[in-house]
Amino acid sequence: MNSASSGNQSSEFGVGPSVALGAAIAANLRADRALMSDTKLFAGQGSESDSTRSGCGKQDPVPELSVDLAGVRLQNPLIPASGCFGFGEEFLDFFDPNILGAAALKGTTREPREGNPTPRIAETPSGMINSIGLQNPGIDVVVAERLPALAKFYHQPVIMNVSGFSIDEYVECCEKADGLSEFIELNISCPNVHGGGMSFGASCAAASEVTREVRQVVKESKLFVKLSPNVTDVVEIAQGCVDAGADGLTLINTLLGMRIDVKRRCPVIAQSIGGFSGPAILPVALRMVYQVAQTLAVPIMGSGGIATAHDVVEMMMAGASAVQIGAESLRNPLVIPQILEQLPEVMAELGITNLQEIIGVAKQ
Amino acid sequence: MSSVQLLRVSENRQIARDTYFLELAGDTSDLRRPGQFVNVAVPGFYLRRPLSVCSWKPGQLTLMYKVLGGGTDALTRISIGTELSVLSGLGNGFSLPSGVRRPLIVGGGIGVAPMLALSEFLIEEGTAPRVILGFGSANEVALVEEIEALGISVTVATVDGSKGVQGLVTDAMAQLRGDLASSLSDPEEAVTHELITDQQDFSGELSLGGYDGEASTDSASQDNSTPWDFVYACGPTPMLRAVFACAQVPGQYSMEERMGCGFGACMGCTLPTAGGLKRICKEGPVFGSEVLVW
Ligand SMILES: Cc1cc2nc3c(=O)[nH]c(=O)nc-3n(C[C@H](O)[C@H](O)[C@H](O)COP(=O)(O)OP(=O)(O)OC[C@H]3O[C@@H](n4cnc5c(N)ncnc54)[C@H](O)[C@@H]3O)c2cc1C
Ligand SMILES: Cc1cc2nc3c(=O)[nH]c(=O)nc-3n(C[C@H](O)[C@H](O)[C@H](O)COP(=O)(O)O)c2cc1C
Ligand code: FES
Repeated sequence: MNSASSGNQSSEFGVGPSVALGAAIAANLRADRALMSDTKLFAGQGSESDSTRSGCGKQDPVPELSVDLAGVRLQNPLIPASGCFGFGEEFLDFFDPNILGAAALKGTTREPREGNPTPRIAETPSGMINSIGLQNPGIDVVVAERLPALAKFYHQPVIMNVSGFSIDEYVECCEKADGLSEFIELNISCPNVHGGGMSFGASCAAASEVTREVRQVVKESKLFVKLSPNVTDVVEIAQGCVDAGADGLTLINTLLGMRIDVKRRCPVIAQSIGGFSGPAILPVALRMVYQVAQTLAVPIMGSGGIATAHDVVEMMMAGASAVQIGAESLRNPLVIPQILEQLPEVMAELGITNLQEIIGVAKQ
Repeated sequence: MSSVQLLRVSENRQIARDTYFLELAGDTSDLRRPGQFVNVAVPGFYLRRPLSVCSWKPGQLTLMYKVLGGGTDALTRISIGTELSVLSGLGNGFSLPSGVRRPLIVGGGIGVAPMLALSEFLIEEGTAPRVILGFGSANEVALVEEIEALGISVTVATVDGSKGVQGLVTDAMAQLRGDLASSLSDPEEAVTHELITDQQDFSGELSLGGYDGEASTDSASQDNSTPWDFVYACGPTPMLRAVFACAQVPGQYSMEERMGCGFGACMGCTLPTAGGLKRICKEGPVFGSEVLVW
């Protein structure tokens, strides 16, 4: 990690790339990713995904884990959630990230951001609260350094998570990100920054406006909008985003929460209030995914409290085409490979041979 | 490398007020340096608890923890034979910069935990560290015997004066400095010092910059008014700040923050340094004094 640091005062991430260099790298990355989606990404899956393995007649059907997400095929529905996977390198000690369905990267803004003061983390029974405040090196460094570093060891679809404080900022980031990753996820739901993030996700008008503006510049990547649970009517906002051109939605970002240190008589985290996630919020996430899926025919990435293979099935039955796993990967970096291993067993128990077929099947 | 290990509790014993030794059996091959830490899953708690490696050898890991809240309290009730999920091999750990001959180790409170492994390491590397451990009161004193068993003497400071030097670790540092001044005027004592410090000549020139290739920005005093030429410290941040101010030489300081993951993925443990934002769990917990901004 130290190699990226230039020792300059302004940020951990060193100096940004020149514009020309940035553009060249962007072009290369586009080419790389296009190549990968033609070859590595989709090749070989056809044969594996035929419902029985070749050879002798009667065998148990091979469970089909691959799913379609807004026209992009994922080898499985398991995706580390934004902010819980860094830019990928931290997990290399634990597993080969190429087993993932896709990977969502840390929220990126136009300028580098130092984030909020510490402490930024608090614990709850069955979950955690964070107030990172979108610490990130800025879109130029992400494009010039982080994406190429990731591309060296990771060849599955990428979700770039974009945050902003103004529509202009969202647009500029998305313009730079477009085509460099299969998906762009618009984070209009971060509870940890003032005057940005969540304020766009809090009203239907603002959510659809930012989606509409960004849609103009997102031409190659699939555009997903990540919604906040901290609203009265999530369906209305979801509808606004879809009408404004979103290819899909991510539901949900963190709930608002807090803890108090009773000995010191003060909030545990420096910002007092933060984003609450982990298994405790699964029922809320399921409910919101379900509500939206009942009303809108739109691909959904289900996020919030996923911790087991059973949760994955539940979230998909609620209406998610894929699932994101956040907090659980922080406390157990092996959780995604473990879920991947357990999924076929859970599917077999439940009589599921193809995950794609259970999306949204939960009906009264 | 870091990895998830299942380690079996072989001992969980109180050693001082609210302070316990937790001994675990299993794979320790991810540990490389003193000052590294592990992240222990405590049954019933969502996040892991970061605990410094007190000492380790192949197949055995010793941790030392202090009851602070619910998680560490629950740890006291973990019985022998229980398997704990431990993220091992975390953080950078302490190192011995070239040219250091007279290291001083300062631990405060539960910050003494990593100092046993550090003492072992410094002795193996051919130095004779001086050790100061500070506590609130005599009933909190821990790890002194274990470090003395390595053949080095430990100065204990207690705030209430119930054991050792009365006051803070910095009072003990000042006393050590005073002792040196008097010992230098006493030829016999001075000889002893020379032996302890691996034949290092106190009056000789010692470059204080350029350890391990990193330029030191410290205004370290080049005179020999201190009996140490490098300081290792772990403890509460106000203590570290005071030690740094008192040390007058470069050093390595182990920092602490609430952690989400412990392996660099969440950005929960950020520390602003002169070299930009660093993650305490990944680029730390040990930082050179030249990058610390107090
Ligand atoms: C690198 C590092 C090494 C450490 N080494 C030791 C050690 O060797 N021995 C020891 O006794 N303690 C050590 N600590 C402090 C120890 O992690 C906390 O005392 C412990 O996590 C408190 O947990 P709790 O449930 O008892 O307290 P609670 O206050 O109930 O903890 C709630 C949450 O806050 C976190 N937390 C609370 N205090 C701290 C803290 N100071 N640092 C990090 N996370 C915290 C916990 O992990 C938990 O998620 C170390 C901390 C760090 C960062
Ligand atoms: C430490 C941390 C950092 C996060 N950072 C981001 C972020 O940068 N952008 C974003 O859209 N969501 C962020 N999130 C929200 C997660 O992506 C996820 O939507 C949320 O935590 C709910 O899922 P979970 O219960 O599985 O954690 C973050 C969550 C955590 C715990
Ligand atoms: S605790 Fe997650 S980055 Fe340090």
